[in-house]
Amino acid sequence: MSQYQENATVTRVEQFSATNYRITLNCPEIAGCAEPGQFVMVRTTTSKDPLLRRPFSIHQCLGDGSLQLYFKVVGRGTDLLSKVSPGEKISVFGPLGRGYRLNSTKPAIFVGGGMGIAPLLFLVKEYCRLKKECGEDIVLLGGRDKSEVAPLVDDFEVYGPSVVASTDDGSFGQQGFVTELLQNIALPPSCVLYGCGPEPMLKALGAFCRDRNIECQVSVESVMACGMGACLGCSRPAKDGTYTHVCVHGPVFDAEKLAWNI
Amino acid sequence: MEYLAPKDEQGPDLSVNIGSLELKNPVMTASGTFGYAREFADLMDLGRLGAVIVKGISLHPREGNPPPRIAETSCGMLNAIGLQNVGVDRFISEKMGYLAKLGVPVIVNILGDSLGEYEEICARLNGVPGVAGIEVNISCPNVKKGGVAFGTDPLMAASVTKAVKNRADVPVMVKLSPNVTDIVAIARAVEDGGADSVSLINTLIGMAIDLKTRKPALANIIGGLSGPAIKPVALRMCYQVARAVSVPVIGIGGIETATDALEFMLAGASAVQVGTANFVNPRASEDIIDGLIEYATTEKLVSIRSIIGGLITE
Repeated sequence: MSQYQENATVTRVEQFSATNYRITLNCPEIAGCAEPGQFVMVRTTTSKDPLLRRPFSIHQCLGDGSLQLYFKVVGRGTDLLSKVSPGEKISVFGPLGRGYRLNSTKPAIFVGGGMGIAPLLFLVKEYCRLKKECGEDIVLLGGRDKSEVAPLVDDFEVYGPSVVASTDDGSFGQQGFVTELLQNIALPPSCVLYGCGPEPMLKALGAFCRDRNIECQVSVESVMACGMGACLGCSRPAKDGTYTHVCVHGPVFDAEKLAWNI
Repeated sequence: MEYLAPKDEQGPDLSVNIGSLELKNPVMTASGTFGYAREFADLMDLGRLGAVIVKGISLHPREGNPPPRIAETSCGMLNAIGLQNVGVDRFISEKMGYLAKLGVPVIVNILGDSLGEYEEICARLNGVPGVAGIEVNISCPNVKKGGVAFGTDPLMAASVTKAVKNRADVPVMVKLSPNVTDIVAIARAVEDGGADSVSLINTLIGMAIDLKTRKPALANIIGGLSGPAIKPVALRMCYQVARAVSVPVIGIGGIETATDALEFMLAGASAVQVGTANFVNPRASEDIIDGLIEYATTEKLVSIRSIIGGLITE
């Protein structure tokens, strides 16, 4: 798997809410070889502060050599990134990590919570392209409010799966957590579950799947310095008592292999 | 051991000597920031490096500290990785084969909890093809026993240097901690102990707190500060040590550009190590080499060696 450091041109900035943005970057080498679930490290400034790159899952790769990031402003790095303008250049490094293992022979449930929705669009697109017919597959999207979920529903539906949404405040879809949606849908037999979202949600997905003997792949977050296995900063406990590294062993893991510290 | 026929043979002479070790240029990668080099193979031409210093190796594998292990701070970062590594035996069997083929001197950073451990690691590294030098970590702040004591006491620092020198069959570089009252005293002690060179500085012990959670940013509570934030401290220490010892000094601390590297060389460093910058720009080392070529060409330097210790203080 090749990795590239590209000086990407920002081609589009979409603002979905006060804090949620989607940016489109032209970086053909990375976009040309990225796989769903992989991530990139982005420099949000050319100055020394903030110093480190920020990891972002790849939201979508478009056919024209561009890729998209979907993110929420949570700190200085994401704040700077939200202020870029089309035409600006930013350094992007990737694709990094191990993505989702696609099994297009089985029906799939895709579960995204909050910014965990980000990598699922790329995943659903690739999965449906391989599988060709995605009518039985289900996408569950959860967010705090309408602005976090509603703008993305069409982007998922275009590939064929059914999309069900929930929001914490009930402003869009069903009120409640996305894990509650999961409890109430009819699961296709012998399905695979792909998840990304906050840790408590991923832990709940893991437990849900274990009870039903369903394969569960989840993408987790971590603070990172290098993103490529050099600094060993992004350790997290695995179930076997060792540490695993999110950047090179993940960010996608079998839920069964992780220890949940919550 | 010679590493001639550099790729940059067309340009000015960037070669430097670290005692008996000849480097085709003064740019090395700092231990713990460059993995075992392979991680960077897609992103730069590894064969252009002056030397590779690999992640610190202990006698037995270490799992490292619990997360979070890193935290960003102003113009820098804190880490408390806890010396996670595969241990010397797996290093030799799994990592050294690849490294030996790079055509670049490989310097193995070693760490131990006792003199005996340092000696045993050296014994196992002796004769391993491709190992061009040993860097002795006497200064890691993250392990509660051992490491830090060796680095902060001149007598202990001298004794570990002697022990490694007696066992190693390659040149020995000793990496100094800045977390001491007088780094010059430690540098003199390791020189007396037989060190072929000294590298400095390792990270400065620091701390960060998250006000929202009221918890330390690192699980280890304290960790090592690195990055551009520490450059002025590192530069000052290099300057002081270079004036006090006669062995070569290798500058480390916040070096991101050729300008940074040249400042350390003016202060007396014969070579430099690039650390945290590798995380920000995976090809930082190669960019620095390009920058040195450009500088030496513009300044019409016959050799980059003419810069070493060339600081004008009057």
